Amino acid sequence: MKASWVADEEKSKVQMMSGADMLMEALEKEGVEVLFGYPGGAVLPIYDALYKKKIRHILTRHEQGAIHAAQGFARVTGKAGVVIATSGPGATNLVTGIADAMIDSLPLVIFTGQVATTVIGTDAFQEADIVGVTMPITKHNYQVRRVEDLPGIIQEAFHIAQSGRPGPVLVDIPKDISTALGAYAAPKDVSLPGYQPTVMPNLLQVKRLADAIATAKKPVILAGAGVLFAGAEKEILSLAEQHRIPVANTLLGLGSFPSDHPLFLGMAGMHGTYAANIALYECDLLIGIGARFDDRLTGDLNHFAQKAAVAHIDIDPAEIGKNVETLIPIVGCAKHTVSALLRESTSSGDTAEWVYHLSELKSSYPLWYKKDDKTLKPQRLLEIIHEETKGEAIVTTDVGQHQMWTAQYYGFSKPNRWVTSGGLGTMGFGFPAAIGAKIGNPGLPVVAVTGDGGFQMTLQELSVLQELKLPVIIVIVNNQSLGMVRQWQEIFYEERYSQSLIPVQPDFVKLAAAYGIDGAVAGTEEEARQEFARALASNSPFLLDCRVTSDENVYPMIAPGKGIHQMIGVKP
Amino acid sequence: MRRIITATVLNQSGVLNRLTGLLTKRQFNIESITVGHSDDPGISKITIVVQVEDDRKLEQLLKQLHKQIDVLKVKDLTDMALVARELALIKVLTTPDTRSEIKVIIEPFRASIIDVSLENVTIEVTGDNDKVEALIELLRPYGIKEISRTGLTAMPRGTQRTVYNLNQFSII
Repeated sequence: MKASWVADEEKSKVQMMSGADMLMEALEKEGVEVLFGYPGGAVLPIYDALYKKKIRHILTRHEQGAIHAAQGFARVTGKAGVVIATSGPGATNLVTGIADAMIDSLPLVIFTGQVATTVIGTDAFQEADIVGVTMPITKHNYQVRRVEDLPGIIQEAFHIAQSGRPGPVLVDIPKDISTALGAYAAPKDVSLPGYQPTVMPNLLQVKRLADAIATAKKPVILAGAGVLFAGAEKEILSLAEQHRIPVANTLLGLGSFPSDHPLFLGMAGMHGTYAANIALYECDLLIGIGARFDDRLTGDLNHFAQKAAVAHIDIDPAEIGKNVETLIPIVGCAKHTVSALLRESTSSGDTAEWVYHLSELKSSYPLWYKKDDKTLKPQRLLEIIHEETKGEAIVTTDVGQHQMWTAQYYGFSKPNRWVTSGGLGTMGFGFPAAIGAKIGNPGLPVVAVTGDGGFQMTLQELSVLQELKLPVIIVIVNNQSLGMVRQWQEIFYEERYSQSLIPVQPDFVKLAAAYGIDGAVAGTEEEARQEFARALASNSPFLLDCRVTSDENVYPMIAPGKGIHQMIGVKP
Repeated sequence: MRRIITATVLNQSGVLNRLTGLLTKRQFNIESITVGHSDDPGISKITIVVQVEDDRKLEQLLKQLHKQIDVLKVKDLTDMALVARELALIKVLTTPDTRSEIKVIIEPFRASIIDVSLENVTIEVTGDNDKVEALIELLRPYGIKEISRTGLTAMPRGTQRTVYNLNQFSII
């Protein structure tokens, strides 16, 4: 064994390195295998350093595509998605994706080029104050001012992005910092006195929750995306089964509990199931785990869980008590907290009647739609995709009707297969996210379910599918309208369809053909099944343009401002 | 309600921007904000006087401030025994007749005249908000030309009285 001073002496040998090379060194140290990006003037030195390295780089055709792909990658792998873009427009094109990642807690590390430090503040060519712009939509951000600071900053950036409640971290690197030579020193361990996420729960609070469970007659678990980030699916399942507690999911929490489990109530919220919403309305103990009680989930707060003691487990203390008054607050990682809870809670309340009541609701008021023989029902389309993929696929979506139908009818039973833009509700998210998801998890089929509106926002990424021959299946739920906007205009604006109908459309199959991608149109159930099966079997990129019933609405629904129990469109 | 909150922060560039941006984003109204170095040049102390609707909003504000990576410590001083001071510079119009009158007025406030010209004097006063306000009101009849106030800076007293109605926040 070497004496420690030998190691110290080795460390102190000064190695001069350019900022761009330090970045590559740091990326390798963090184990980054893939970058999503787009080059430009201010990142030329970085791309030059990348040229000599083995790190894979996915050249998307727009920076927005790069960041959504990184989000898809992060969602399915749990690792930080890494993005590079140039200064000015390159950086500002990332903004939607950064805000999306922030609100949905996705770990990203974003490197933006910046004009040289000598001209920052002079309105130089392609200068934008991206640090200022992204301050409220990043977990943290940096501008590198000294080349020697780079390795430490990058290490901190990855640490912050991936620990605690995950989120995007942006590192802005001026061009002269990338080219400057500096003494490289491998960074020591991260030390951030102002950032110490609480992972282990307070046992007193855990005991309080255990006591509440022991006496509760109508408990319900609301499992959100925090369960998936923590990898706590097994713990939640044990908790639910041990105490016979029914489970509802948030939109982003889908996949954290098996959808075919008898205790599963379905998704709660605006387009959730009747059983899940009534459970949240009537319960006497609500255990929120890694969920943030978003307004689309709770409806009018005056009617949300009013009879319940609310227990809230979250790694972010600021989420606790933010929207819903909380009796039992527990700050901690979902996995550790529920494990501790399983140890503490030995006795269960008598929930038999409650479980029976909810299962009655579940079978009497299931999700439903009117079948007809003429048109392809979008709900049926999603059921077909579930059947053909056996529920194993990674499914991505944008926002809107197709997103809700996917959440309702795909039936997610396994974690980290559901990639959607939940909080921000970004059109054009699903397709590029599918590219990142496929790269992150090449072993699973990946289906990008998108709308005819949203697909046209980021369809330039068809080039990436063509170039990489990535077997992503694009399913366009084509109703020739901006469906959710149209639905709201139908219900709340007396059918004044202002700017929501888009009957003039490109020939999507020909468009795919222009990129050398196979495609088909499906107008009936039979065609949809056949073509989807063909796409799946081909193991190559495919675009399926599904002409679905154009005036179909998403039901059931809680109208905005209404309570969670006031659902419309429940099965009669 | 009006709260006096101090935040101990790492002295990174943009940290003030971060905090004020956060307050704006979450719809809090800043009454005043002061920043200065602490005894460690790497660490600054920020005192924020802010209007908050209710306890829940206040709890949210403290947690959101605390969530910032560059924020080391957040303290709500309002209910503590504290010393709070601001400094104001007040330029008052004078004539040879009023000059000595003004001197008498400011004396009990332990304020001092720090600049004199033919038409006006500049008065420096230090104290809590009420004291500064009171002096300004007394000087107003003479004609105030300009006021510059630093905003409040504060710290808890060395000895704290026993607190009876401590606000029960779920977690800070």
